[in-house]
Amino acid sequence: MIKIQNVSKWYGSFQVLRHCSTSVAKGDVVVVCGPSGSGKSTLIKTINALEPFQEGEIWVEGTAVHDPKTDLPRLRARVGMVFQNFELFPHLSVTENLTLAQIKVLHRSKDDAVRKGLSYLERVGLSAHKDKYPAQLSGGQQQRVAIARALCMDPVVMLFDEPTSALDPEMVGEVLDVMTTLAAEGMTMLCVTHEMGFARRVSNRVIFMDQGSIVEDCTKDDFFGAEQSRSPRAQDFLAKILSH
Amino acid sequence: MNLDFSFYNWAIVSDYLLKGFIFSLKLTGSTTVFGILIGTLLALAKLSKHAWLSRPAILYINLMRAIPLVMLILWFYLLVPLMLGRPIGAEPSAYITFTAFEAAFFAEIIRSGIQALPPGQSMAGLALGMSPLQTMRLIVLPQALRHMIPVLLTQVIILFQDTSLVYAIGAYDLLKGFETLGKNFGRPVEAYLLAAAVYFLVCFLLARCILFVKLRLSVKGLAHD
Repeated sequence: MIKIQNVSKWYGSFQVLRHCSTSVAKGDVVVVCGPSGSGKSTLIKTINALEPFQEGEIWVEGTAVHDPKTDLPRLRARVGMVFQNFELFPHLSVTENLTLAQIKVLHRSKDDAVRKGLSYLERVGLSAHKDKYPAQLSGGQQQRVAIARALCMDPVVMLFDEPTSALDPEMVGEVLDVMTTLAAEGMTMLCVTHEMGFARRVSNRVIFMDQGSIVEDCTKDDFFGAEQSRSPRAQDFLAKILSH
Repeated sequence: MNLDFSFYNWAIVSDYLLKGFIFSLKLTGSTTVFGILIGTLLALAKLSKHAWLSRPAILYINLMRAIPLVMLILWFYLLVPLMLGRPIGAEPSAYITFTAFEAAFFAEIIRSGIQALPPGQSMAGLALGMSPLQTMRLIVLPQALRHMIPVLLTQVIILFQDTSLVYAIGAYDLLKGFETLGKNFGRPVEAYLLAAAVYFLVCFLLARCILFVKLRLSVKGLAHD
Protein backbone atom coordinates (compact mmCIF):
# COMPACT_ATOMS: atom_id res chain seq x y z
CA MET A 1 0.00 0.00 0.00
CA ILE A 2 2.91 2.35 0.79
CA LYS A 3 6.16 1.90 -1.05
CA ILE A 4 9.24 3.92 -0.18
CA GLN A 5 12.08 3.45 -2.64
CA ASN A 6 15.57 4.76 -2.19
CA VAL A 7 14.50 8.06 -0.62
CA SER A 8 17.21 10.59 0.22
CA LYS A 9 16.84 14.06 1.61
CA TRP A 10 19.26 16.85 2.34
CA TYR A 11 18.99 20.03 4.40
CA GLY A 12 21.55 22.05 2.50
CA SER A 13 24.63 19.82 2.53
CA PHE A 14 23.45 17.78 5.53
CA GLN A 15 21.90 14.48 4.54
CA VAL A 16 18.94 13.60 6.80
CA LEU A 17 17.69 10.55 4.89
CA ARG A 18 20.01 8.05 3.17
CA HIS A 19 18.54 5.72 0.57
CA CYS A 20 15.57 4.68 2.70
CA SER A 21 13.46 1.86 1.28
CA THR A 22 10.59 -0.05 2.84
CA SER A 23 7.00 -0.90 2.19
CA VAL A 24 3.89 -1.10 4.30
CA ALA A 25 1.02 -3.46 3.61
CA LYS A 26 -2.62 -2.86 4.47
CA GLY A 27 -3.22 -3.52 8.15
CA ASP A 28 0.46 -3.31 9.08
CA VAL A 29 1.32 -1.58 12.33
CA VAL A 30 4.89 -0.40 11.94
CA VAL A 31 6.84 1.20 14.77
CA VAL A 32 9.71 3.45 13.69
CA CYS A 33 12.31 3.96 16.39
CA GLY A 34 15.87 5.15 16.76
CA PRO A 35 17.93 7.81 18.48
CA SER A 36 16.86 11.43 18.14
CA GLY A 37 18.06 13.04 14.95
CA SER A 38 18.03 9.72 13.14
CA GLY A 39 15.43 10.91 10.64
CA LYS A 40 12.37 8.97 11.89
CA SER A 41 9.98 11.92 11.91
CA THR A 42 11.36 13.21 8.64
CA LEU A 43 10.81 9.82 7.02
CA ILE A 44 7.15 9.49 7.97
CA LYS A 45 6.50 13.10 6.99
CA THR A 46 7.77 12.38 3.48
CA ILE A 47 4.84 9.97 3.08
CA ASN A 48 2.31 12.81 3.01
CA ALA A 49 4.83 15.23 1.49
CA LEU A 50 5.01 17.49 4.53
CA GLU A 51 8.75 16.95 4.11
CA PRO A 52 9.88 17.23 0.50
CA PHE A 53 12.68 14.91 -0.58
CA GLN A 54 15.21 15.22 -3.37
CA GLU A 55 15.74 11.62 -4.42
CA GLY A 56 13.73 8.44 -4.60
CA GLU A 57 10.10 7.51 -4.99
CA ILE A 58 7.15 7.12 -2.63
CA TRP A 59 3.87 5.53 -3.64
CA VAL A 60 0.73 5.70 -1.49
CA GLU A 61 -2.04 3.50 -2.89
CA GLY A 62 -0.83 4.14 -6.42
CA THR A 63 -0.32 7.89 -5.95
CA ALA A 64 3.20 9.07 -6.75
CA VAL A 65 4.20 11.40 -3.90
CA HIS A 66 7.49 12.31 -5.63
CA ASP A 67 5.70 13.49 -8.77
CA PRO A 68 5.51 17.31 -8.74
CA LYS A 69 2.20 17.08 -10.62
CA THR A 70 0.53 15.11 -7.81
CA ASP A 71 -2.41 16.84 -6.14
CA LEU A 72 -0.89 16.98 -2.66
CA PRO A 73 -3.97 18.20 -0.74
CA ARG A 74 -5.89 15.27 -2.18
CA LEU A 75 -3.19 12.83 -1.12
CA ARG A 76 -2.94 14.33 2.37
CA ALA A 77 -6.71 14.15 2.87
CA ARG A 78 -6.36 10.34 2.72
CA VAL A 79 -3.33 10.13 5.02
CA GLY A 80 -4.11 10.81 8.68
CA MET A 81 -1.40 12.47 10.73
CA VAL A 82 -1.01 12.89 14.48
CA PHE A 83 1.65 15.28 15.75
CA GLN A 84 3.82 15.33 18.82
CA ASN A 85 2.32 18.64 19.94
CA PHE A 86 -1.27 17.72 19.02
CA GLU A 87 -1.69 20.84 16.85
CA LEU A 88 -5.39 21.20 17.52
CA PHE A 89 -6.63 24.56 16.27
CA PRO A 90 -6.87 26.66 19.45
CA HIS A 91 -9.33 29.18 17.99
CA LEU A 92 -11.89 26.47 17.24
CA SER A 93 -14.00 24.32 19.55
CA VAL A 94 -13.46 20.57 19.69
CA THR A 95 -16.41 19.98 17.37
CA GLU A 96 -15.14 22.61 14.92
CA ASN A 97 -11.70 21.01 15.00
CA LEU A 98 -13.29 17.71 14.05
CA THR A 99 -15.49 19.08 11.27
CA LEU A 100 -13.47 21.85 9.59
CA ALA A 101 -11.52 19.72 7.13
CA GLN A 102 -14.47 17.38 6.53
CA ILE A 103 -16.50 20.37 5.37
CA LYS A 104 -13.79 22.37 3.58
CA VAL A 105 -11.79 19.53 2.04
CA LEU A 106 -14.21 16.61 1.63
CA HIS A 107 -17.19 18.94 1.08
CA ARG A 108 -19.39 17.04 3.50
CA SER A 109 -22.51 18.74 4.78
CA LYS A 110 -22.23 20.27 8.22
CA ASP A 111 -24.71 17.75 9.64
CA ASP A 112 -22.80 14.77 8.27
CA ALA A 113 -19.50 16.19 9.46
CA VAL A 114 -20.80 16.83 12.97
CA ARG A 115 -22.34 13.36 13.13
CA LYS A 116 -19.09 11.73 12.07
CA GLY A 117 -17.01 13.98 14.34
CA LEU A 118 -19.10 13.23 17.39
CA SER A 119 -19.08 9.49 16.74
CA TYR A 120 -15.27 9.48 16.69
CA LEU A 121 -15.21 11.76 19.72
CA GLU A 122 -17.29 9.18 21.52
CA ARG A 123 -14.88 6.43 20.49
CA VAL A 124 -11.99 8.30 22.09
CA GLY A 125 -14.19 8.81 25.13
CA LEU A 126 -14.51 12.59 25.04
CA SER A 127 -18.14 13.26 24.05
CA ALA A 128 -18.64 15.43 27.10
CA HIS A 129 -16.02 17.88 25.85
CA LYS A 130 -17.44 18.61 22.40
CA ASP A 131 -18.04 22.31 23.03
CA LYS A 132 -14.78 23.03 24.84
CA TYR A 133 -11.72 24.70 23.40
CA PRO A 134 -8.41 22.81 23.15
CA ALA A 135 -6.79 24.92 25.88
CA GLN A 136 -9.43 23.61 28.32
CA LEU A 137 -8.36 19.99 27.79
CA SER A 138 -5.43 18.04 29.22
CA GLY A 139 -2.62 16.98 26.91
CA GLY A 140 -3.87 13.43 26.73
CA GLN A 141 -7.38 14.61 25.89
CA GLN A 142 -6.04 16.96 23.22
CA GLN A 143 -4.10 14.15 21.59
CA ARG A 144 -7.18 11.91 21.59
CA VAL A 145 -9.17 14.68 19.91
CA ALA A 146 -6.33 15.04 17.39
CA ILE A 147 -6.55 11.31 16.62
CA ALA A 148 -10.33 11.61 16.21
CA ARG A 149 -9.82 14.61 13.92
CA ALA A 150 -7.54 12.58 11.66
CA LEU A 151 -9.94 9.60 11.66
CA CYS A 152 -12.85 11.81 10.57
CA MET A 153 -11.20 12.03 7.15
CA ASP A 154 -11.49 8.23 6.65
CA PRO A 155 -7.74 7.87 6.10
CA VAL A 156 -6.23 4.79 4.43
CA VAL A 157 -3.23 5.03 6.74
CA MET A 158 -2.44 6.86 9.99
CA LEU A 159 0.95 8.42 10.68
CA PHE A 160 1.87 9.06 14.31
CA ASP A 161 4.83 11.34 14.96
CA GLU A 162 5.87 10.74 18.57
CA PRO A 163 2.25 11.00 19.75
CA THR A 164 3.08 10.54 23.45
CA SER A 165 6.41 12.36 23.74
CA ALA A 166 4.90 15.67 24.84
CA LEU A 167 2.58 14.08 27.40
CA ASP A 168 2.83 13.81 31.15
CA PRO A 169 3.51 10.17 32.05
CA GLU A 170 0.06 9.56 33.50
CA MET A 171 -1.55 10.52 30.17
CA VAL A 172 0.54 8.30 27.93
CA GLY A 173 -1.66 5.28 28.63
CA GLU A 174 -4.94 6.81 27.48
CA VAL A 175 -3.43 7.76 24.10
CA LEU A 176 -1.75 4.38 23.63
CA ASP A 177 -5.08 2.69 24.44
CA VAL A 178 -6.78 4.56 21.61
CA MET A 179 -3.95 3.60 19.27
CA THR A 180 -4.12 -0.02 20.36
CA THR A 181 -7.86 -0.17 19.65
CA LEU A 182 -7.24 1.40 16.27
CA ALA A 183 -4.61 -1.20 15.42
CA ALA A 184 -6.92 -4.00 16.53
CA GLU A 185 -9.55 -2.70 14.13
CA GLY A 186 -7.14 -3.17 11.25
CA MET A 187 -5.97 0.40 10.66
CA THR A 188 -2.69 0.66 8.80
CA MET A 189 -0.35 2.62 11.05
CA LEU A 190 3.17 3.99 11.08
CA CYS A 191 4.22 5.19 14.52
CA VAL A 192 7.37 7.01 15.43
CA THR A 193 7.60 6.29 19.13
CA HIS A 194 9.89 5.39 21.99
CA GLU A 195 7.14 3.36 23.65
CA MET A 196 8.74 -0.05 23.36
CA GLY A 197 5.91 -1.62 25.34
CA PHE A 198 3.50 -0.47 22.64
CA ALA A 199 5.86 -1.77 19.95
CA ARG A 200 6.00 -5.18 21.65
CA ARG A 201 2.28 -5.49 22.24
CA VAL A 202 0.73 -3.88 19.21
CA SER A 203 3.09 -3.59 16.26
CA ASN A 204 3.88 -6.33 13.83
CA ARG A 205 7.00 -4.69 12.42
CA VAL A 206 9.80 -2.51 13.71
CA ILE A 207 11.97 -0.16 11.69
CA PHE A 208 15.11 1.05 13.41
CA MET A 209 16.81 4.13 12.02
CA ASP A 210 20.19 5.65 12.69
CA GLN A 211 21.84 8.66 11.03
CA GLY A 212 19.25 8.83 8.29
CA SER A 213 19.42 5.19 7.29
CA ILE A 214 17.04 2.32 7.91
CA VAL A 215 19.28 -0.05 9.85
CA GLU A 216 16.71 -2.66 10.81
CA ASP A 217 13.41 -3.50 9.18
CA CYS A 218 12.07 -6.71 10.63
CA THR A 219 9.17 -8.35 12.42
CA LYS A 220 8.54 -7.43 16.01
CA ASP A 221 9.53 -10.92 17.15
CA ASP A 222 12.85 -10.71 15.37
CA PHE A 223 13.52 -7.25 16.72
CA PHE A 224 12.83 -8.01 20.36
CA GLY A 225 13.34 -11.79 20.33
CA ALA A 226 16.50 -12.36 18.38
CA GLU A 227 18.41 -9.43 19.76
CA GLN A 228 21.84 -10.89 19.21
CA SER A 229 21.26 -11.03 15.48
CA ARG A 230 20.48 -7.30 15.37
CA SER A 231 23.01 -4.68 14.40
CA PRO A 232 25.26 -3.31 17.19
CA ARG A 233 23.56 0.11 16.89
CA ALA A 234 20.12 -1.39 17.44
CA GLN A 235 21.34 -3.52 20.34
CA ASP A 236 22.92 -0.47 21.92
CA PHE A 237 19.70 1.53 21.48
CA LEU A 238 17.55 -1.24 22.91
CA ALA A 239 19.84 -1.69 25.88
CA LYS A 240 19.59 2.02 26.67
CA ILE A 241 15.87 2.35 26.19
CA LEU A 242 14.87 -0.88 27.95
CA SER A 243 17.18 -0.50 30.93
CA HIS A 244 14.92 1.98 32.69
CA MET B 1 -1.27 83.73 32.12
CA ASN B 2 -4.99 84.16 32.04
CA LEU B 3 -7.05 81.37 30.62
CA ASP B 4 -10.56 82.30 29.60
CA PHE B 5 -12.94 79.55 28.54
CA SER B 6 -16.01 81.84 28.63
CA PHE B 7 -16.32 81.63 24.87
CA TYR B 8 -17.20 77.99 25.26
CA ASN B 9 -20.80 76.92 24.75
CA TRP B 10 -22.50 73.93 23.17
CA ALA B 11 -23.11 75.78 19.92
CA ILE B 12 -19.41 75.82 19.08
CA VAL B 13 -19.40 72.03 19.13
CA SER B 14 -21.76 71.87 16.18
CA ASP B 15 -20.44 75.05 14.57
CA TYR B 16 -16.73 74.24 14.65
CA LEU B 17 -15.90 70.82 16.03
CA LEU B 18 -18.37 68.16 15.00
CA LYS B 19 -17.55 68.23 11.31
CA GLY B 20 -13.82 67.92 11.95
CA PHE B 21 -14.27 65.25 14.62
CA ILE B 22 -16.41 63.16 12.28
CA PHE B 23 -13.84 63.52 9.51
CA SER B 24 -11.02 62.42 11.84
CA LEU B 25 -13.05 59.41 12.95
CA LYS B 26 -14.02 58.52 9.39
CA LEU B 27 -10.41 58.82 8.26
CA THR B 28 -9.27 56.63 11.16
CA GLY B 29 -12.03 54.08 10.58
CA SER B 30 -11.66 53.70 6.85
CA THR B 31 -7.86 53.63 7.06
CA THR B 32 -8.10 50.89 9.69
CA VAL B 33 -10.45 48.74 7.61
CA PHE B 34 -8.77 49.16 4.23
CA GLY B 35 -5.29 49.37 5.74
CA ILE B 36 -5.72 45.99 7.44
CA LEU B 37 -7.22 44.47 4.29
CA ILE B 38 -4.44 45.71 2.05
CA GLY B 39 -1.87 45.13 4.81
CA THR B 40 -2.92 41.47 5.02
CA LEU B 41 -2.45 41.07 1.27
CA LEU B 42 0.94 42.81 1.50
CA ALA B 43 1.99 40.55 4.37
CA LEU B 44 0.98 37.43 2.43
CA ALA B 45 2.80 38.72 -0.64
CA LYS B 46 5.92 39.45 1.39
CA LEU B 47 5.88 35.92 2.86
CA SER B 48 5.24 34.33 -0.53
CA LYS B 49 7.77 31.93 -2.02
CA HIS B 50 7.33 33.65 -5.37
CA ALA B 51 9.78 36.49 -5.88
CA TRP B 52 7.40 38.32 -8.22
CA LEU B 53 5.05 38.67 -5.24
CA SER B 54 7.48 39.16 -2.38
CA ARG B 55 9.90 41.61 -4.03
CA PRO B 56 7.33 44.31 -4.87
CA ALA B 57 5.70 43.90 -1.45
CA ILE B 58 9.04 44.27 0.37
CA LEU B 59 9.91 47.28 -1.76
CA TYR B 60 6.54 48.93 -1.12
CA ILE B 61 6.62 48.32 2.64
CA ASN B 62 10.18 49.61 3.00
CA LEU B 63 9.44 52.66 0.88
CA MET B 64 6.30 53.63 2.83
CA ARG B 65 8.02 53.17 6.15
CA ALA B 66 10.95 55.32 5.10
CA ILE B 67 8.87 58.38 4.18
CA PRO B 68 7.34 60.75 6.74
CA LEU B 69 3.56 60.59 6.45
CA VAL B 70 3.18 64.34 6.15
CA MET B 71 5.48 64.32 3.13
CA LEU B 72 3.47 61.59 1.46
CA ILE B 73 0.29 63.54 2.12
CA LEU B 74 1.75 66.65 0.49
CA TRP B 75 3.23 64.87 -2.50
CA PHE B 76 0.05 63.02 -3.24
CA TYR B 77 -2.04 66.16 -2.88
CA LEU B 78 0.25 68.23 -5.10
CA LEU B 79 1.58 65.72 -7.63
CA VAL B 80 -1.33 63.46 -8.48
CA PRO B 81 -3.54 66.35 -9.68
CA LEU B 82 -0.66 67.37 -11.95
CA MET B 83 -0.61 63.89 -13.44
CA LEU B 84 -4.38 63.61 -13.68
CA GLY B 85 -4.81 67.15 -14.90
CA ARG B 86 -7.50 67.92 -12.34
CA PRO B 87 -7.61 68.46 -8.56
CA ILE B 88 -8.75 65.58 -6.38
CA GLY B 89 -9.59 67.49 -3.21
CA ALA B 90 -8.07 67.35 0.26
CA GLU B 91 -10.36 64.72 1.76
CA PRO B 92 -10.12 62.07 -0.97
CA SER B 93 -6.36 62.43 -1.08
CA ALA B 94 -6.24 62.08 2.71
CA TYR B 95 -8.24 58.82 2.54
CA ILE B 96 -5.99 57.40 -0.17
CA THR B 97 -2.68 58.50 1.32
CA PHE B 98 -3.47 57.31 4.82
CA THR B 99 -4.61 53.90 3.60
CA ALA B 100 -1.55 53.48 1.37
CA PHE B 101 0.76 54.51 4.21
CA GLU B 102 -0.79 52.62 7.11
CA ALA B 103 -1.20 49.44 5.02
CA ALA B 104 2.60 49.10 5.12
CA PHE B 105 2.63 49.30 8.93
CA PHE B 106 -0.32 46.94 9.31
CA ALA B 107 1.44 44.58 6.89
CA GLU B 108 4.49 44.36 9.14
CA ILE B 109 2.35 43.78 12.22
CA ILE B 110 0.38 41.04 10.48
CA ARG B 111 3.51 39.44 9.01
CA SER B 112 5.08 39.18 12.45
CA GLY B 113 1.81 37.74 13.76
CA ILE B 114 1.80 35.07 11.07
CA GLN B 115 5.43 34.20 11.69
CA ALA B 116 4.96 34.05 15.45
CA LEU B 117 2.48 31.20 15.06
CA PRO B 118 4.02 27.76 15.65
CA PRO B 119 4.70 26.17 12.23
CA GLY B 120 2.95 23.01 13.41
CA GLN B 121 -0.39 24.77 12.99
CA SER B 122 -0.09 25.18 9.24
CA MET B 123 1.46 21.69 9.05
CA ALA B 124 -1.70 20.35 10.70
CA GLY B 125 -3.89 22.23 8.23
CA LEU B 126 -1.93 20.90 5.28
CA ALA B 127 -1.91 17.37 6.73
CA LEU B 128 -5.72 17.44 6.77
CA GLY B 129 -5.71 18.09 3.02
CA MET B 130 -6.30 21.84 3.07
CA SER B 131 -4.65 23.87 0.35
CA PRO B 132 -1.99 26.39 1.43
CA LEU B 133 -4.54 29.17 0.83
CA GLN B 134 -7.22 27.43 2.91
CA THR B 135 -4.68 26.82 5.68
CA MET B 136 -3.76 30.49 5.67
CA ARG B 137 -7.38 31.67 5.64
CA LEU B 138 -8.92 29.18 8.08
CA ILE B 139 -6.06 28.35 10.45
CA VAL B 140 -3.21 30.85 10.38
CA LEU B 141 -4.83 34.25 9.79
CA PRO B 142 -7.66 33.91 12.33
CA GLN B 143 -5.11 33.10 15.04
CA ALA B 144 -2.52 35.63 13.93
CA LEU B 145 -5.10 38.43 13.82
CA ARG B 146 -6.42 37.55 17.27
CA HIS B 147 -2.92 37.66 18.71
CA MET B 148 -2.32 40.92 16.89
CA ILE B 149 -5.44 42.76 18.04
CA PRO B 150 -3.68 44.64 20.88
CA VAL B 151 -0.84 45.74 18.60
CA LEU B 152 -3.24 46.61 15.77
CA LEU B 153 -5.32 48.73 18.15
CA THR B 154 -2.20 50.52 19.35
CA GLN B 155 -1.47 51.33 15.73
CA VAL B 156 -5.04 52.69 15.43
CA ILE B 157 -4.36 55.06 18.34
CA ILE B 158 -1.26 56.37 16.58
CA LEU B 159 -3.29 56.60 13.41
CA PHE B 160 -5.97 58.70 15.09
CA GLN B 161 -3.32 61.10 16.34
CA ASP B 162 -1.73 61.20 12.90
CA THR B 163 -4.96 62.30 11.25
CA SER B 164 -4.06 65.78 12.52
CA LEU B 165 -1.36 65.82 9.83
CA VAL B 166 -3.98 66.60 7.21
CA TYR B 167 -3.48 70.21 8.32
CA ALA B 168 -0.74 70.18 5.66
CA ILE B 169 -3.33 70.07 2.88
CA GLY B 170 -5.97 72.12 4.65
CA ALA B 171 -8.52 69.37 5.24
CA TYR B 172 -10.99 70.13 8.02
CA ASP B 173 -10.28 67.65 10.80
CA LEU B 174 -10.67 67.78 14.56
CA LEU B 175 -7.53 69.86 15.12
CA LYS B 176 -8.47 72.26 12.34
CA GLY B 177 -11.83 72.75 14.05
CA PHE B 178 -10.16 73.82 17.26
CA GLU B 179 -7.69 75.98 15.40
CA THR B 180 -10.49 77.82 13.59
CA LEU B 181 -12.37 78.19 16.84
CA GLY B 182 -9.32 79.66 18.56
CA LYS B 183 -8.73 82.14 15.80
CA ASN B 184 -12.34 83.30 15.59
CA PHE B 185 -12.59 83.91 19.33
CA GLY B 186 -9.03 85.15 19.70
CA ARG B 187 -8.32 82.37 22.21
CA PRO B 188 -5.89 79.97 20.46
CA VAL B 189 -4.23 78.73 23.68
CA GLU B 190 -7.52 77.70 25.26
CA ALA B 191 -8.67 76.09 22.00
CA TYR B 192 -5.50 73.99 21.73
CA LEU B 193 -5.84 72.98 25.38
CA LEU B 194 -9.36 71.77 24.70
CA ALA B 195 -8.08 69.98 21.60
CA ALA B 196 -5.46 68.18 23.67
CA ALA B 197 -8.15 67.12 26.14
CA VAL B 198 -10.32 65.66 23.38
CA TYR B 199 -7.40 63.80 21.74
CA PHE B 200 -6.42 62.49 25.15
CA LEU B 201 -9.93 61.29 25.89
CA VAL B 202 -10.34 59.45 22.58
CA CYS B 203 -6.93 57.80 22.79
CA PHE B 204 -7.42 56.92 26.43
CA LEU B 205 -10.72 55.20 25.63
CA LEU B 206 -9.07 53.28 22.79
CA ALA B 207 -6.29 52.19 25.14
CA ARG B 208 -8.90 50.94 27.62
CA CYS B 209 -10.40 48.91 24.76
CA ILE B 210 -7.02 47.24 24.26
CA LEU B 211 -6.86 46.25 27.92
CA PHE B 212 -10.36 44.82 27.69
CA VAL B 213 -9.57 42.86 24.55
CA LYS B 214 -6.33 41.52 26.07
CA LEU B 215 -8.27 40.32 29.06
CA ARG B 216 -10.91 38.63 26.92
CA LEU B 217 -8.24 36.88 24.85
CA SER B 218 -6.37 35.61 27.88
CA VAL B 219 -9.59 34.24 29.33
CA LYS B 220 -10.14 32.20 26.17
CA GLY B 221 -6.57 30.96 26.38
CA LEU B 222 -5.69 32.53 23.06
CA ALA B 223 -3.31 35.26 24.10
CA HIS B 224 0.40 34.72 23.69
CA ASP B 225 1.41 35.40 27.25
